[in-house]
Amino acid sequence: MTSTTAARKPVRWGRVALHAGCLAALLVMLYPLAWLLATSLKPADEVIASLNLLPSHLEWSNYKTALDGVNDVSIWRLLGNSLLIAGGAVLGNVISCSLAAYAFARLRFRLRGPLFAFMIATIMLPHHAVLIPQYIIFNQLGLVNTYWPLILPKFLATEAFFVFLIVQFMRGLPRELEEAARIDGCGPFRSFFQVVLPLTRPALITTAIFTFIWTWNDFFTQLIYLFDPDKFTITLALRSFVDASSTSAFGPMFALSVIALLPIVLFFLAFQRFLVEGMASSGLKG
Amino acid sequence: MTTTAIPAEAKRAPAAAPKRRPKREREGAAWVFLSPWVLGAIVLTLLPMAVSLYLSFTDYDLFNPPKWVGLRNYVQMFTEDPRYWRSVVTTLTYVVVAVPLQLALALVVAMALKGMKRGKGFYRSAFYAPSLLGASMSIALVWRAIFNDGGTVDHLLGTGGWVNKPGWALLAVALLTVWQFGAPMVIFLAGLQQIPAELYEAAAVDGAGKWRQFVAVTVPMLSPVLFFNLVLQTIQAFQVFTPAFAVSAGKGGPADSTLVYTMYLYDRGFVASHMGYASAMAWVLLLVIGVVTAVLFRTSRSWVFYASEGDR
Repeated sequence: MTSTTAARKPVRWGRVALHAGCLAALLVMLYPLAWLLATSLKPADEVIASLNLLPSHLEWSNYKTALDGVNDVSIWRLLGNSLLIAGGAVLGNVISCSLAAYAFARLRFRLRGPLFAFMIATIMLPHHAVLIPQYIIFNQLGLVNTYWPLILPKFLATEAFFVFLIVQFMRGLPRELEEAARIDGCGPFRSFFQVVLPLTRPALITTAIFTFIWTWNDFFTQLIYLFDPDKFTITLALRSFVDASSTSAFGPMFALSVIALLPIVLFFLAFQRFLVEGMASSGLKG
Repeated sequence: MTTTAIPAEAKRAPAAAPKRRPKREREGAAWVFLSPWVLGAIVLTLLPMAVSLYLSFTDYDLFNPPKWVGLRNYVQMFTEDPRYWRSVVTTLTYVVVAVPLQLALALVVAMALKGMKRGKGFYRSAFYAPSLLGASMSIALVWRAIFNDGGTVDHLLGTGGWVNKPGWALLAVALLTVWQFGAPMVIFLAGLQQIPAELYEAAAVDGAGKWRQFVAVTVPMLSPVLFFNLVLQTIQAFQVFTPAFAVSAGKGGPADSTLVYTMYLYDRGFVASHMGYASAMAWVLLLVIGVVTAVLFRTSRSWVFYASEGDR
């Protein structure tokens, strides 16, 4: 930081200590992930027998068992179901949240203030306050045990967090471009699609990635809406292992866990810049 | 902000006052853009809230029509249901343990990374990873195994499995939340980087040491971000479900020690089919979160410092 040349040596030692501390913390933090990976490759008798992370030999059959699926449902089906729900949610959130955000960020209309305040308030609304009636509505419509209750709400901008995130981003865009477009005769729709939306891409990507990961990880909503094993997502399939306490199922269970995490890890590695910056910017500029 | 729209219109017709017609037109457009959100807000938020308030005064099992019972659910909840209180105490304990620990860790790590020149990006991403993975069932299952009898923690500390001990199981759940300190850390870090360096220089000139600088510069300048993290994490913590579900094999045990509020709500509503009772629980949760948020906002006036107010 303030590295005056005279005090170079102590500063450097401080830095070494800092990195050592960070690396040590990182090792502890990443231990559960290493444990998961190691256990997914362990033979049944080594799973809880020792502290040793490394298996005596790699038990690939755990993955073979996991790939066979759960409750006679193939793993591709489970992954496909998860992908369908997460993909639908991404599409829904990106479309509906950006539409609403544009209105809040750029257009004038009566009730804008109160509606915006209401939108912000719904970020804090506990999901459970609306959960049971939503369940009843979908039940009346005969849509329980389908994917509609998991996807449809996203097309109605119910995740206000993302509306807010995109509003914040759009407010930072220069107005001149839109004004120029308007003078050239663009109405609000063309302005939105051709001027604002392309510039909003970073916020939309952030929304898409977070929606994908949160939907993929979501457990509670899937738990209450889906019953048929062949409609299960990979997360719900893992649930059937929750009750199992026998260690013989441990290897395949954690192999399946690894497979369930893979898309998130890949997303993370591919988009970490957007993720970290999206997270940071969502909390600021408030 | 929004008034900048007027000069643009005025430019087009300099003589006339801001025109009415285009504004109307744009107002109509605004409602088109808003329509999905409005529909969602009415059908999936406001209407359900009203319905759940109504149901909270009824007996309802999803199959027979709701039967009005007045305050019965609330009375039963507060006076005759020890498991309800158990879940309240469990959730409050969890919030009070997990949130401050998580935020403290997030702040410490953000401070450590702040001035770093090399490796900052790497650490930032690596510490953030658990925030994304940790919400998954996969990691919750890992947690149960690590904190179980014969798991790593048992091996290292010889305490036996925390998961099977009332009092310790909840700590295991809380630690899973603390482990996900990356999200608030990233926000802290972004906040720290916006503090002008001159403030530290001025403080240093005045003879302030590192600790004094932290107290006199960092804390007040960071307080809006701290407040944001505190509100967000508290609200989320009140709604914890998946880790408690996984760690206790879906039962909230041992001895109901991990039966958090939402798990008991799930149990009453979706397992025991007491939708009226669960609705009453949901409304109490809504009110409690509302009150806690309001109190946080109220107290924030005395410790959250907004530069724009104080400065110019």
